[in-house]
Amino acid sequence: MTLFNHYSALFFSGFGYTILASLIALVASLILGTFFALLQLSKKRFLAMLGNAYVQFLRNVPLLIITLFFYLAVAKVIKMTGFVSGTVALSLYTSAFIAESVRAGILAIDHGQMEGALANGLSYGQAMSRVVLPQAFKVALPSLGNQLINLVKNSSILAFVGGLDLMYQGNLVAASSFDTFTSYLVVGLFYLVLTLPLSYVMQYLEEHLQESR
Amino acid sequence: MSMIEFKDVEKYYGDFHALKDINLTIDAGETVVLIGPSGSGKSTLIRTVNGLEEIQEGQLLVDGFDLHDPKTDMNKIRKNVGMVFQHFNLYNNKTVLENIMLAPRLVLKRDEEENKQLAMALLERVGLADKANNRPSALSGGQKQRVAIARSLAMKPKCLLFDEPTSALDPEMIGDVLRVMKEIAEDSDMTMLVVTHEMGFAKAVADRVIFMADGQILEDSSTEQFFQEPSNERAKKFLSQVANH
Repeated sequence: MTLFNHYSALFFSGFGYTILASLIALVASLILGTFFALLQLSKKRFLAMLGNAYVQFLRNVPLLIITLFFYLAVAKVIKMTGFVSGTVALSLYTSAFIAESVRAGILAIDHGQMEGALANGLSYGQAMSRVVLPQAFKVALPSLGNQLINLVKNSSILAFVGGLDLMYQGNLVAASSFDTFTSYLVVGLFYLVLTLPLSYVMQYLEEHLQESR
Repeated sequence: MSMIEFKDVEKYYGDFHALKDINLTIDAGETVVLIGPSGSGKSTLIRTVNGLEEIQEGQLLVDGFDLHDPKTDMNKIRKNVGMVFQHFNLYNNKTVLENIMLAPRLVLKRDEEENKQLAMALLERVGLADKANNRPSALSGGQKQRVAIARSLAMKPKCLLFDEPTSALDPEMIGDVLRVMKEIAEDSDMTMLVVTHEMGFAKAVADRVIFMADGQILEDSSTEQFFQEPSNERAKKFLSQVANH
């Protein structure tokens, strides 16, 4: 408790950066993931291959490698801080998994929904965004929940590139207090403060949306 | 004026020859019933009319548009050609009223107030005004199909395609759906192309009957002639089998 009181400013600052990185990556990975899911399902073979290559590449390389790639290589060309390169890497990495969840969701929706909408006069884009995707997200919700929780925990990758996040501050506290165990215990509790409510929100959404079906 | 015109149309699924040398003209305002044994290509044929299936050879003109031309904007055709499916294909994530209002709002940019009034009037017409705020999942099959018909009518199409609209329904639900279809055929100058096994409906409503088997059109006659004395042997046999039920 005294350790926490002593270093609370650091912990809270790290907590803030972790929340910020998670929120940015959450929004970005949902948008990118949906985009690449649609690309994978495109009838145009080239686009489908492009989408597939993106997903296979990003989900089969360790997050740490992607992060270091942005921090060490890309940052030489486009100036960015560790926080930015970590958040970008996290967004891209997570988007590959989200693309797979969304793709599975779309495939689970009866093809008649798309045909009905097209025959009704809607364009492919309108049919997708108004009819198919809302239903696909509902189906994909449990798996999306998993990805989002992983995303929050994976944000600890920022610590490797000086990303100022919770894990980064935890490392600093551990190094200066010499009480490694308590330092990381506090860090772990902070992550739980984020991920547990997220789990419950996803559970609530699942149950709630089931009723409105 | 012809609404639909097939000229030497061929359709393949891989190696399977699904439509063979189809030549068929349907005039604006006509009601045409398409019958034949299952697997004869009736559904495939009707689905080419709004571009849900592509043709490989020949020419297909619908409302003046050439469907075989890759430059043709399919959405322009579908705006004027509605379709009612065997399995309804209502939007499961929308209420009954929203099912009907969605396409006119997005595609025709119809004024919201007018859109709602028209949708309610259509629901009234198919006898389901009290279900406006229900989800499709709360409806019976027959009710779903009547909503699907209302959804198509809301676009004020020139032509309506019906792909076995009563085949997935319980027997006691079929009458309500056929009654609505009959009313449309009688009250409007819409072109109707109907794939069905309901011979009573065909006799009462159709101007013409087309008999298909093995991907070919074997008979194209006026309704009276078809039911009294079909010229094709397979059609004769088919009719006697259906009549013996």
